Order: sequence, then C-alpha cells, then structure tokens
Amino acid sequence: MNKGELATHRRIAGGGDKVTVSNDASRLKAGAGAQAATGAKLSAVFAGTMGPLIGLVLLCVALTLTTDTFLTFRNILNVLDQVTVLGIMAIGMTLVILIGGIDLSVGSVLALAAMVMGFVAHPDYLNLGLPVGIASALAVAGLCGLVSGLLVTVTKLPPFIATLAMMSVARGLANMITDGSQIIGFPDWFTNLSIIRHFGFLSVTVGLMIVLAIVFAIFLNYRATGRSLYAIGGSAEVARLSGIPVKPLTNWVYATCGLLAGLAGIVLAARLDSVQPSSGLGYELDTIAAVVIGGASLSGGVGSIGGTTVGVLIIGVLRNGLNLLGVSPFIQQVVIGVVIALAVATDTWRRRAQ
Amino acid sequence: MGLFVDGLCKSYGPVQVLADASFDVRPGEVVALLGENGAGKSTVSNIIAGSVKADAGTITWRGKSYSPASPAAAIDAGVGMIHQELKLLPDLSVAENVYVGRLPMRGGRIDRAAMNAQASAQLKRLGLDVSPERKVRTLRVAAQQQVEIAKALTLNAELLIFDEPTAALGGEETELLFRQIRKLKAEGMCFIYISHRLDEIAQIADRVVVMRDGRIVARHERADIPVRTVVEQMVGRSVERMFPTLSAPGDQTLLEVENLSSPERSFNNVSFSVRAGEILGIAGLIGAGRTELVRAIAGADPISSGSVRVAGRPVHLSGPAAAIKAGVVLVPEDRKAQGVVLDQTIGENLAIGNFDLVAPNGWVFPKAVQRFAQAGIGRLGVKGRPGQAVSKLSGGNQQKVVIAKWVSRPPKVFILDEPTRGIDVGARAAIYDVVADLARSGMAVVVVSSDLEEVLGLSHRVLVLSRGRQRGILDRSEASNVAVMELATS
Repeated sequence: MNKGELATHRRIAGGGDKVTVSNDASRLKAGAGAQAATGAKLSAVFAGTMGPLIGLVLLCVALTLTTDTFLTFRNILNVLDQVTVLGIMAIGMTLVILIGGIDLSVGSVLALAAMVMGFVAHPDYLNLGLPVGIASALAVAGLCGLVSGLLVTVTKLPPFIATLAMMSVARGLANMITDGSQIIGFPDWFTNLSIIRHFGFLSVTVGLMIVLAIVFAIFLNYRATGRSLYAIGGSAEVARLSGIPVKPLTNWVYATCGLLAGLAGIVLAARLDSVQPSSGLGYELDTIAAVVIGGASLSGGVGSIGGTTVGVLIIGVLRNGLNLLGVSPFIQQVVIGVVIALAVATDTWRRRAQ
Repeated sequence: MGLFVDGLCKSYGPVQVLADASFDVRPGEVVALLGENGAGKSTVSNIIAGSVKADAGTITWRGKSYSPASPAAAIDAGVGMIHQELKLLPDLSVAENVYVGRLPMRGGRIDRAAMNAQASAQLKRLGLDVSPERKVRTLRVAAQQQVEIAKALTLNAELLIFDEPTAALGGEETELLFRQIRKLKAEGMCFIYISHRLDEIAQIADRVVVMRDGRIVARHERADIPVRTVVEQMVGRSVERMFPTLSAPGDQTLLEVENLSSPERSFNNVSFSVRAGEILGIAGLIGAGRTELVRAIAGADPISSGSVRVAGRPVHLSGPAAAIKAGVVLVPEDRKAQGVVLDQTIGENLAIGNFDLVAPNGWVFPKAVQRFAQAGIGRLGVKGRPGQAVSKLSGGNQQKVVIAKWVSRPPKVFILDEPTRGIDVGARAAIYDVVADLARSGMAVVVVSSDLEEVLGLSHRVLVLSRGRQRGILDRSEASNVAVMELATS
C-alpha cells in the first residue's frame, strides 16, 4: 500500500476535498470577504474533531492491513453508498444537537416520508407521479419536524419527550397509509439515482449527501444564522438576551431535521426500490451516535458537520470492515457500542486534560 | 478553648494558595475573613470544614488537635459550613432537608412526626415560622439559608463558617440573620464570616482577618475599621478613589419610561427619564422589582401597561431584539447564566448579538470576528485574546466582555444590572470607570445595584423602589445612605 494512495482515500473519507470546495463556494458568493475565508483552513471545518479523525484514519489503516478488499476503489464507493441515508439524517441531527436538543423521531419520519411518497406516486395508489410524491414526502417530513419544534418552543416539552411522541405518531401514520404493507417498484430513473455512477464514481444520492454536507458546513461556519445556533446551544438565555430569535430558529432547526430525514427516506426508497412502514427502525440511535462520535456535545453548543462526517464514516467503515472480516452482525452491534463509549470517553478525557 | 489555626499551608502543584495562615476564633465570637477572590479565604474555610486537606500546619479545636479527613468528620467534630450556593434538595421538605442522611426511624419506617417536630423546634430557635413539611423549592433564598443553619444546629455545630451569606439577601433578611448570629453567639458558638460587604463586617464581626494572595496581611482586634484601610490591605496598594468623577449630563432625554407595570405586579406604574450622559442608579431591597423593571425595559420580560420611548421614539417591547434595535442594551444580573457563553471564545461572545455589524451580508468570517473582537477588547481593556475561552477569564474581565459586546453598536441606553456582583474589590474600580465612560460618551446609563455605596457613588440620580413601587428619585446631592434606605424600606 503506497502512501499516495492512502492519502487519497483518506481525503475522501475525511472530507478533505470538501474543505477546498467550501472555500471556493464561499469565495464565489461572498466576493470581497472571501479572502478571510481562505484563511480558514481544514482547522475551521474540523475544529475539535482531530480525535475522531485520527480514529477514522487508524481504523482505515487497520482494515487495509487486515483485509485485501477494504482499500479498493470499489469498496470505498460501497462505503459511501451505504452511509448516504445515515449521512443525510446526521446533518439534520447535528443542527438539533448543536442547539442542545435531540430528535428521536428521525427514523419514523423517514418511514412516514417514504410511505407518503410511495402512496402518492405509485400506480397502485394515487398514481400522481414521483415528483409530486417526493414533494409530498418532503412536505410531510418537514411538517413533522416543525410540529416537534413547536412542541418544544410553544408547549415547552423537553425535546426528548416531544420527539419521542413524534416518533410514535409518525411510525403509526406510516403504518396506517397501507395498513402495514410495503409498496414495491418505482421507475428506473428513480432507482438509477443511487445506482448509476456518474463520472465513474458518483451516484446522484452520494452526490446529494456531499453537497448537503458542504452547504450545511458553510452555513454553520460562515452564516450569521449558523453561528447563532452555536450561541443558542451554548446558552439559550444569553442568545435570547442578545437579540437572537431563539424560538423561530429552534422551530426551523427541527423542521430542517425532519425534512432531511424525509429526504433520507426518499434516498432509501431509491436504494431499495421499495418503501415499507417498518424502515428506519432504530436509525435515530445510529444518527445520534454518528453525531456524538463526531465530537458534538449533547448539552449543545459544540459540534460541526466536519465532525459528523467523520462520525458517519467511522460507523460506515466499521460496518463495512467488520462485514469484510466476516464478523457476525451481533458482534458488530457490540463493537459499535464500544466505539461510541470509547469515542466520547476519549473526548471527555481530552477536554479535561486541557 | 475555641479554634486555633496555626501555620496552614496549601499548594496545588506549583501554585501556593495558602501560606502560613494563623488565626484563632474564641468561643462566642465572630471573626470576619476578608480578601479578594483567590486570596485564600475559601481554602482556609474548606480546610477547617474538612473538604480540603492542608499540606502543613495544625488546627486545635476545643482543646484537641483537629484535622478532619472529610466534611462528615468536621460535622462530627461540631464544625459546619454554610456555602454561598446552598446545598439543599429543592424537592424535599424542610424537615427532610434538615435530617437528610440521618432521618429518624421507627420500626423500619421514617418517623415523620418526630422529624417534623424536631425540625420545627430548631426553626423556632432561629425565629423562623415555616412549616417543616413545606418543599424547600417554594421558600425564598433567605428562608432556604435558614434551613441550612437549622440543619447545622441539629448537627450540634459549635463553629459555623458562613461563605458570603448575605450575597442573595435583602436588608431585612440580613438583619434577621444577624440577630440569629448574635443569639447563637451569646450561647457560646464560634463563627467565621466571609464577606465582600465591608459595611456588614462592622455590624456583625468582633475581629477581622484580612487575607491577600494566600497570606494573612492584617489582623484587627475590632471590626469598625475605616473601609479604605481594609480595602487597601485587601488589594495591597493604596486605593486613591473607588468611584470616578462624573461629568455633567447633556440636555437630550434619551430614555423615557412612563407608567410601566409588569403582568406579575413585580413593579407598578414606574415613570422616569434619563438624559444623555446621565447615570441613573436604581436602589431597593431584594424583591423590590429592580431587576424585573430593567429586564422589561430591555425587552427581556413582558410588560402589562405603560410605554418606553428612546430618543423620543416609542419602542414596541416585543423582545430583546426589538429593544437592541431601538438602542437599549442590558448587561444582565447573572453574568454566567445570562451574560456570557462560558465555553465559547471572547470573539464568539462578542459576535453574538452583533451579527448585523460583524456580518452585514450574513457572512461571518473569522477575520471580521477577530477584528470586531479586538476593537471591543481594546476599548474595554479586557485582559484576553479574541480566541480565548471566556471561562478562563476573571469575573471582572468576563463582565467587560459583556459590556464590550454592546459598546460598538453604539447603544443609546445602556442598562447594567448588578455590574460588580462577584467581582473583586480591586477590579470593581475598573468597571466603575467603564460605566462613567459610557455616560461620558453620550449614552443614557441605568445602574441597578444591591450595593448602596455603589449606587450612591456612581449615579447622578437615584431611583428608589420598594415592593414594586417607585418611592422617589433622589438627586446626587440629597442621596445618602439614610435617605435611600428610608425610601427603600417604606
């Protein structure tokens, strides 16, 4: 294994290419202020995520040494395909956790959105076509998130309870649509979104995930609204007294998280060529795990898309690697649990040492 | 008998926080420990109360050598400490709190009748008429403190250490506490009393020990020492003036408050105005509605009736954002919970609330934040860099960060609620200078403080509130301790 090859893959895995793009994008949009952005290097996007990043690199090195197949172009693409759903949901969860909240409903909202899409689009049901189906799915998912947000800001429910309720409601609704049965078969152009690799490597769904990650990384790092989310998570009262519209932003964050969960549901439908009301079970925990492994603090104010990307890749690479090594799925669960504990514990030790 | 402390030393790594501390407390005596934050008062008291172990030195208590290994051992030896942040369980009853960890049992069950009766007896001894079955959460801070004292008494404490006991108390409540201390003193109890409020020391202490940088720098055999002397000993240099000279206010009226009332009636029909360059002090006891009033003016809490005009224009107080836009800013009472995000950097803290200035198009660039922060840091003389975490700063510098957040806008009306709470005596003067500068630069300034000396020294005029009602506005020339207290207690 030569070093150059490893470095290339590391850059893909760690999202190093995104940094360049993000700087380009901000330069395009911001004009005069762009010089400041150029100064913000890797450190800005991956601030505070060195630990997880090192973990990811070590993991990749270990798997490269222990398997023949891990470090192949094909397998890396597989990993990226496999993490798209998780990756898209984790972006929304990052926002929620950043403001000190939590969203337990993303798995159920994913299923509900997928079912709505199937119901609206599929010839056996409403047959209104996929574009209408996708739009309805996103609308429903965003609405679910907005309702969670309103439960938190208006009804003053703790986020845990509000989204626990939404988790149950959305799952129930998802089952009600077809009385629990799945909907199979979508047009080829739709399933091709996750199959055809443009330019030889990039499927539309993976591209979507990467674009979303870049957009939200720029948003969190360089937009006033994004920075305001850090303030809300750091101290909601300080943010409020500083004139930041805490409640509207909180509603917006939950709505965005719901919307992204819905989008993940659509991606999952494209990957599986079917939708079922039981899909996404337990995804909320994987998503929270990815965000937390990426260095976010559940008490809010700390976290980044860069970190979350690393967290998502750690889970993806771990699953992929353990499969390659022929480790049983049961043991995989154990390993992932250990990794979560280890990641957060190291992070805590490191902070205390500082 | 009593307590003899001899040559106590304590270091954390290379930092010596306590060097050769020696003093004694005789039975029936209150000894005041004075000093700035970090002077070593807390270390000494924590050693005596068993939560910190000394590196060297001896303590003799009631004629016996005494070196408690834990707070429990100290309590067994009759030494109790009332911490500044009360350590009570808010959802348990008063009696349960008094007897927590040693609830009286009968037949395997808690003997509630006996527990309540005994707790009640102790509370009566303190002159407190509170049901022992009431939840501690529902009590006022002062009453909660009494519960802590009652708890110490049931533990047969003979030495009580008070750490800033009056920080959250109003005048009447402080009086009650002092009466209790005097009563217990007469029964032969010893007290170590830590406070920042020098006027209280003269009232309650028998002797005074002044500490600085971990050393005892002065011992006074009586408590009525001139404030200036004590302050100079505490800060280790001569304090030329505590308060800056005020410049004459301008003519333009910047803030007009008319018949303002709160929905909860915490203040009623308050009307006043402040001119450009003028500092209006707001005095009153705890619960007088001072904080509620200024929070409402800054849009932080809703109002039920009345109006606020800034530079002649009516302000619709829909929230802090509206007030800030109209030019009204607030430095809130609780710095750590409301003023700064402790875990974030100075730069981030300054940018919060100023994104319209730092990022006019909504794009926030690190260099712009850096530049903005550097300007604020320079203007206020904050000892820190933009990239430094606010949690690492001293209280005084944290407060400067909160003030710096707003100066660049610039606001028309600057409201400061308890601007020097928890800040060292030496660092307070710097805050006073900043406040005077704000006024000098043409802002209307409103200062709320529980420290009467501070209100009097810093204000052109003093508005006095009592139980939510405006009792009068005194001019600087007529505002004295007595005049203000008369109104505040009316």
